Amino acid sequence: MAGADGRIDPDKSGERKRGIGRRRFLTFAIAAPTLAVGGYVAYDATDAEALPSLPQPADLLDLGDVITLASRPTAWTMALRVETDGTVVFELPRAESGQGITTAVAMLVAEELDAKLSDVRVELADATPSLLWNQFTGGSTGMRTLWEPVRQIAAATRGRLVTAAAKRWGVEASALTTRDSTVVAADGRTLSFGALAVEAAATTAAPVTGLPKDAKNYKLVGTPTGRVDARDIVTGKAKYTMDVEVEGALATVVARPPTIRGTVVSVDDTAAKAIPGVVAVTRIDSGVAVSAKSFDIALKARDALKITWKDGPAVGLSDTNIRSKLRSAVAPLVVPGLLSSYIDAEFDFAFVPHAPMEVLNAVADVREDRAEVWFPCQSPIVAQNEIARVVGLPVDRVTVHVSRAGGSFGRRLFWDPALEAAAVSKKIGKPVRLMWTRQDDTKHGRMRPASHHKIRATHLLGDVQAFEHRMAAVETDLKHGFGEIVSASGAAVSGPADGLLFFHLSATCPYNFGVVTQVLSEVPVPVPTGSWRSVYSANLRTAEEIVVDELAAKLGRDPVKFRTQVLKSARVKAVLAKVAAEGQWGKAMPAGTAQGVGVHEEYRSATACLVEIDARDPKAPRVTRATIAVDVGLPVNPTGLKAQMMGGLMDAISTVLQAGVHIDDGRVREGSFGDFHYARQKHAPIKLDVFVMPPNGRPGGAGELGVPAAAAAVANAYARATRTRPRSFPINF
Amino acid sequence: MPTYRFSVNGEQVAVDAPADTPLLWVLRDRLGITGPKYGCGVGVCKACTSHIDGAAVTPCTVPVSDCQGRKVTTIEGLADGDDLHPVQEAWLTEDVAQCGFCQPGQIMAAAALLKKTKSPTDAEIDAIENVCRCGTYCRIRDAIKRAAAAM
Repeated sequence: MAGADGRIDPDKSGERKRGIGRRRFLTFAIAAPTLAVGGYVAYDATDAEALPSLPQPADLLDLGDVITLASRPTAWTMALRVETDGTVVFELPRAESGQGITTAVAMLVAEELDAKLSDVRVELADATPSLLWNQFTGGSTGMRTLWEPVRQIAAATRGRLVTAAAKRWGVEASALTTRDSTVVAADGRTLSFGALAVEAAATTAAPVTGLPKDAKNYKLVGTPTGRVDARDIVTGKAKYTMDVEVEGALATVVARPPTIRGTVVSVDDTAAKAIPGVVAVTRIDSGVAVSAKSFDIALKARDALKITWKDGPAVGLSDTNIRSKLRSAVAPLVVPGLLSSYIDAEFDFAFVPHAPMEVLNAVADVREDRAEVWFPCQSPIVAQNEIARVVGLPVDRVTVHVSRAGGSFGRRLFWDPALEAAAVSKKIGKPVRLMWTRQDDTKHGRMRPASHHKIRATHLLGDVQAFEHRMAAVETDLKHGFGEIVSASGAAVSGPADGLLFFHLSATCPYNFGVVTQVLSEVPVPVPTGSWRSVYSANLRTAEEIVVDELAAKLGRDPVKFRTQVLKSARVKAVLAKVAAEGQWGKAMPAGTAQGVGVHEEYRSATACLVEIDARDPKAPRVTRATIAVDVGLPVNPTGLKAQMMGGLMDAISTVLQAGVHIDDGRVREGSFGDFHYARQKHAPIKLDVFVMPPNGRPGGAGELGVPAAAAAVANAYARATRTRPRSFPINF
Repeated sequence: MPTYRFSVNGEQVAVDAPADTPLLWVLRDRLGITGPKYGCGVGVCKACTSHIDGAAVTPCTVPVSDCQGRKVTTIEGLADGDDLHPVQEAWLTEDVAQCGFCQPGQIMAAAALLKKTKSPTDAEIDAIENVCRCGTYCRIRDAIKRAAAAM
């Protein structure tokens, strides 16, 4: 933001590490961060009947605020280059895994620079330790952490381009305007940004305002804009990690144990090495790697290995044991007061793999004095440290290129394949392209932790007096830098393990239900876990919204009217009203079919979902229609936002109705999309409408927002269509 | 080592490989054609969907010996130079892709369907088994109908 006198401080022209390439360009970085945190809480007068509930920690300071705080010190040191050929290059220290952040950021840059969107190229920055905590992707914090710095960097750059033009023409800078990547003089003369790049780079003080535009002047932000990389995708030109050409990189797969985290006892690789095209067989922590000229050869050689294994630590554990461990770990409920009656409900949710379409993979080229690794990663700086440790090199000798990801949903918060590739490349002294097969990804990849829930809603004379939610979950591995982020933000509190801290920075109940308590207890189980899109919220919200529906029924109230009366926030009431109207809540539905609703508020955003389900065959239900309303405070790219909500809906349909994995005696039973039943075309609703609410503030988060509300709506619709009370998810498992 | 001759995106190729080598790895690792993507290797997720003589196949389950003398088309060969196929155009208009990894396979499956049925019904579109983990199915359906109308 501007200094006290409103002028942007002269910058320290930041030289990129690689020095100025043959093309002269303007690099711009402001280094004047100021601390501004939006911790606003919007409540309005509650109806007399509902017993108000106090704000919860996450209402005041949520995970997104913490991550924004942690990223601020280096938020303004991101680099924006205007090259002499007019290309505007922004090195984005984030991961792009389909959520659309590269498109949204390109829009912000083009808007504030008044450049053509087609001139803006957003590249994913290599791991850059100096960025500290401004290179983390997760918690739906993309837009929340980038909204201010990106606009200000672009606006300040525009100011310098205009100043350079004013000097060139000898006119007042304030008389100049900008449009379509050019500076325009009053008399119609124009100069392109590219032509001004060199002089602008030399400009220090910019007399012209470097402040971002007022929202009413937006020409691009807020208008539906197609993906900037869409054409590359539909023509097959988009490059993912396994498409990256690295000279001599050997196709590598790993023979993995039959049990989770089993270890190698002995290997006979004679038959494998006899196969033409096999170059090396290497023992690593997670199994035995085979490197060959191409993947068909590597796969054949892997199957020719004769390996004896030691059982993994989870052997002896199956779903039944894990569930009873979780059930006994659920904290006790308070004994309800005399005279009041209550609803008790108990729920359990299975493990769910992230199963991104692009399996885990990484390319690594480790030499004596340096290492280079290509892979998609949401926390590249922490990954860089871990890789440096494995290859025994100082961090600044390790280059981590962040490639685009074929989906993540949280899986790529970690760097498992990069460590393997680096270890193999170091041992065999050759570059490798290491790929997990789909079976590896499903049987050995990280998963959303199974969870068990007990809820008690106590009510008296139509008022809910207390709402107690006790949740136990297999421990979520958050050691991808989450702890460091919290401490870096200054919001660190001593005591609870990362999981509990994460929980209290995110979990809230949107209703005035008197005394509301949500408690998580974590149970360590030796199964690989990781945050899965919306982390605790999908299971937490599904369980709670089912109880809210059952409360409404018990109190003889319509589920939507009841919610409207007890909801705390005006934003949530508005999105619920929108879906009720657009989705024709309450219309007559044939037997075996029904409507269901769910709401969710998180990431400073709010959403509601209304689905219709045909469960005449309870074993093969189908969501036939979905109506979603979403309020993210300020939508940057409405069509990208709708895409995220559509994705959340399909995650919900999958995980509530049919998709999960079983644990049998320390093994994952499922092996691919053949038996892990993620939704397909035939499971998608015939009619889907997503309504984006008008702007009412600053951008909130959207990447995970859709899952919890949609999961609740699908569960509630299924319950009403089948007149049952679903308690175990997925329902058909 | 036998040699197999066939065309890929209009170009004749000669490939020395064992008979059972999956066409997917011939395309990706030997010919450097990386449009078709590995998603499961067992013909279940369809991310690698391409065409042989105009029909949709999953190259991860097609041995190279089956390709002798035939016409293989991958996503890279669907457009006519810069003129995109109507399905590709519809994908852009409907803003279908999110991560994009499954989309080459989705587009090739859609193009093959439209060769067989001029205006496919919802049931025929539902029969497409290509997995999209980002959940873009509703826009895929709209784009297929848009392409059908344009063809």
